[in-house]
Amino acid sequence: MKRYAPYIILLVLALLPFLGLSTYMMHIIILMIMWAVIGMAWNLLGGYCGQVSFGHAAFFGVGAYTAGIIYFKLGVSAWWGLPLSVLVVAVEGVIIGFICLRLRGPFFALATLAMGEVLRVTAENLRDFTQGTLGILIKERTWVEKIWYYYIILAIAVLSYVVVKKVIESKLGYYFVAIREDQDAAESLGINTTLYKTIALVISAVLTGLAGAFYTNYMGYIDPEVVFALHDISIITIMIVMVGGVATYWGPAVGAGIMVLLAEWIRSLPRIGTAHQTLFGILLILIIIFLPNGIVGDFSKIKRALAMRRKLDTTT
Amino acid sequence: MTPLLEIKKVSRFFGGLAAVMDVSFQVNQGEIVGLIGPNGAGKTTLFNVINGFYKPSRGDVFFKGKRISGLKPHQICRLGIARTFQVVKPLQRMTVLDNVVASAYLRAKSKKEAVSKAIDILHFTDLYEERDKLSKGLPLGMRKRLEIARALATEPEMLLLDESFAGLNPAELDRSIEIIKKIRDSGITILIIEHHMKVIMSISDRIVVLNYGEKIAEGTPEEVGNNPLVIEAYLGEAASA
Repeated sequence: MKRYAPYIILLVLALLPFLGLSTYMMHIIILMIMWAVIGMAWNLLGGYCGQVSFGHAAFFGVGAYTAGIIYFKLGVSAWWGLPLSVLVVAVEGVIIGFICLRLRGPFFALATLAMGEVLRVTAENLRDFTQGTLGILIKERTWVEKIWYYYIILAIAVLSYVVVKKVIESKLGYYFVAIREDQDAAESLGINTTLYKTIALVISAVLTGLAGAFYTNYMGYIDPEVVFALHDISIITIMIVMVGGVATYWGPAVGAGIMVLLAEWIRSLPRIGTAHQTLFGILLILIIIFLPNGIVGDFSKIKRALAMRRKLDTTT
Repeated sequence: MTPLLEIKKVSRFFGGLAAVMDVSFQVNQGEIVGLIGPNGAGKTTLFNVINGFYKPSRGDVFFKGKRISGLKPHQICRLGIARTFQVVKPLQRMTVLDNVVASAYLRAKSKKEAVSKAIDILHFTDLYEERDKLSKGLPLGMRKRLEIARALATEPEMLLLDESFAGLNPAELDRSIEIIKKIRDSGITILIIEHHMKVIMSISDRIVVLNYGEKIAEGTPEEVGNNPLVIEAYLGEAASA
């Protein structure tokens, strides 16, 4: 049963648009899947390889701007941004890796955080190239219907899932986890830690960049504040993985589902809506205290707690 | 015949402090060489120099006639020198088997080969029963053996053992001595740091003694045991303690 679970989930997702969901619901689901992609990408580097990045907006933004700029400057379809962003973000990943991966732990985290911010400020000020804070508007939408966007992001999500799973089950996966657990030990066991950390970062960056290129096509408008956002991209990415479960295959997807729903729900509340980030912060603290391995990672713990409740209910 | 490992006038300074000073010795193919000395004598620093964590401030290290000082630890490991750590560094949230598989990948071409090699080594080091446990929960004796297993999985020609016996109970001690002898019999040369005198005297072919970063004696266990300088270094320490 467990072996077929991914296929069953895929089938359900493939048939989902035929349920006649409202456009708004489709929009929410597309966002969930997009965030699942970014979460899975982050999880490869942060969860498995132990290199916690606070700057994934750097890759998301460059992916998004790759699509936006080829449309705006060259007049080609922004969809070409998907394949092209792979190339551009891979190069970016190597460069950022070269700069940041010589640092360890919190220093790496801070360096990546700075990278995201540097790129945001750069995008705001390179007005001739990026239109600065005016942003880039994709004037022609490819489809009015959501269904094709849905299938495209679903395909990207399946690709990401397969890539992450294959990588983790291979030699690379063993090396990534070894580096996470003890970099000096890994190095003395013959693992070229710099090389393998760079590989993890580049794969993670490329998948995030794909999500960014999709975002440009889907939303039709990007500006630096949005796609290079520290809190709305980089930090939310970490939260999604923390909530869902670090270093688990399904954690990012579960986390993405919960966080997107929660964000929409909190925003719709009168008055409290504007404080959604405060509430996210509180949620993160609770998760770290009670479910340090996330919902997927601590699933047995949750089940046990629920079983105990039921027992208490029946006895009283 | 060129020695397997040759340490030539190696010094390592930390600021103004000489942790290792002008140390030279050789290790020949198939030997077990013991490296002893009081606390702070520079033994682990010397290991870190051989293994590539530190570059020597002066002097060179040669392995099979090739200069290795200045290479990165992972390159030195690929050439055939594996080490264990005094403060054990197991990959905590990995199972015992996965710990060994991760290092077997250095020379294995496929996952199947890496896993089967790892299983052989777990049998060899008496850890097979524990293969599915997370290494975080292992008792010290087993973690020390896991360090050895992991080092062996890289198929070294030379093994650097840093206090693999410290903190073991007598039963575990005997088991580990057996394993070391088995490793030597399989053709791997061993350089070992140890405080446990009975162990070092019984398994070493030769012993090198360091004190305050300098080599003060070298020879067979009997020669070293009767050397007045060595006795002074150890008893002097005991008298002032």
